[in-house]
Amino acid sequence: MAGMYTTHMHLPRMVDMKEKVAEFWQEEASLSQPRKHTLQPIVTGTSVLGIKCRDGVVVAADTLGSYGSLARFRDISRLMKVNDSTIIGGFGDYADFQFIMKLLEQQTIDDNVVGDGVYRDAPSIHNWLRCVLYNRRSKMNPLWNTIVVAGRDFAGKPYLGYVDKIGVSFTDKSVATGFGSYIAQPMMRKAMEENPNMSVEEAKRLMERCLKVLFYRDCRSLNRFQIGVVTETESSISDPISAETDWSIGANPSGYE
Amino acid sequence: MAVLVDEGYQTHPTVQHRFFPYAQNGGTVVAVAGEDFSVVGCDTRLSEGYSILSRDVSKVRKMTKSGLLGCVGFHGDVLTLTKMLDAKMKQYKHTHGKDMSCEAMAQMLSSTLYYRRFFPYWVYNMVAGIDNNGKGCVFSYDPVGSYERETYRACGSASAIIQPLLDNQLGYKNQSNANPAPLTRDRVRTMVRDIFAAASERDIYTGDEVEISVIDANGIDTQRFPLRSD
Repeated sequence: MAGMYTTHMHLPRMVDMKEKVAEFWQEEASLSQPRKHTLQPIVTGTSVLGIKCRDGVVVAADTLGSYGSLARFRDISRLMKVNDSTIIGGFGDYADFQFIMKLLEQQTIDDNVVGDGVYRDAPSIHNWLRCVLYNRRSKMNPLWNTIVVAGRDFAGKPYLGYVDKIGVSFTDKSVATGFGSYIAQPMMRKAMEENPNMSVEEAKRLMERCLKVLFYRDCRSLNRFQIGVVTETESSISDPISAETDWSIGANPSGYE
Repeated sequence: MAVLVDEGYQTHPTVQHRFFPYAQNGGTVVAVAGEDFSVVGCDTRLSEGYSILSRDVSKVRKMTKSGLLGCVGFHGDVLTLTKMLDAKMKQYKHTHGKDMSCEAMAQMLSSTLYYRRFFPYWVYNMVAGIDNNGKGCVFSYDPVGSYERETYRACGSASAIIQPLLDNQLGYKNQSNANPAPLTRDRVRTMVRDIFAAASERDIYTGDEVEISVIDANGIDTQRFPLRSD
């Protein structure tokens, strides 16, 4: 057997893969056919936030569909009720999210026609979405979304999951996508540390606070949002709520001039 | 129809971000083989760029009653790979009526990785457990399936920090007056714990918690210890 200092023979490097992927796109471009892949998101939704509490899960997203820096659609819903145990929230390309919603709707109908009362709980939906997203990334034709799955499992335990466009997925006590991962996630982690046994009502108030801060700092966000709640018995999404904002505080911070 | 715009304008000027199907999600695994036991340590942090996605993601899986698999790298591939392996382990058990041995699992993992040679699973794997003769064993891999049985190995984001330390402390490399004492479970466990505490000081992709498992004839004993969480 080789000595201890022998490295593996053909250790692949990330840079090799980057070259390979670049070659792939060059070939794609030279085909001079209409593009059929999502190469970049067009109409986008910003942060989705989720938090797990003692008696349920809360998920929130604003209602803006941005077209680059243009606030193009101001009344779109980025939360979807899948069934009584699950709500999903979509970040990224809105067209791709609509496609995912269509897939899930059809899936739910297919399950219902069997008529045995069997439905999918949040972990199953999370896992299913991961398979869909990972398969699309492996075909180099991604669905440009990060999805937050909020709900409960068959045992009735709260469940909160995250899955992105390349199939990275995990569950946690709190999740945030996009800009929210820089601003809201630290706020949520701190709040959960101070109050580990949060109730749904407290979590809702926390969400509103996080979304408000995001509205102040994230230029692709809106102060109009929906909050979804999954409890022991049901799941529901609120009508859009408008947050009161106070821009007079903008004059207070100093030292950045 | 005449082509109005020819060479030089093949790609749209605003297309900047091209899709890249991998991510580096960090994480470190350390495994050490003793005479009749082996030890695996792995941190629980999941990162992307400068963000911590989660502080509590276990990257060590129990494959058999005396074999563990640690995998770090691109977490999307980690999940797919382990799902594949779980299915294969189950199939083997149904076919042969017994769990796979560590040696068999090691070879099976290599073949699974090499199957994707030209679109690799970006995963650094480590198999640790007890071999057919009751001895501690560690197998380490590169992402395309090249593997080797070893007595100790660090892989993942802090491997370059940890491996030299293992060479010194466990390999007694280039020490003329070295007097190697046989490894004990307690010594290895404490060492792995200290190693992770040290690595998390310098590697931002390692931290939050370390999960240390000791595998021997009695089974697997897993403990968790806190690490830096910044």
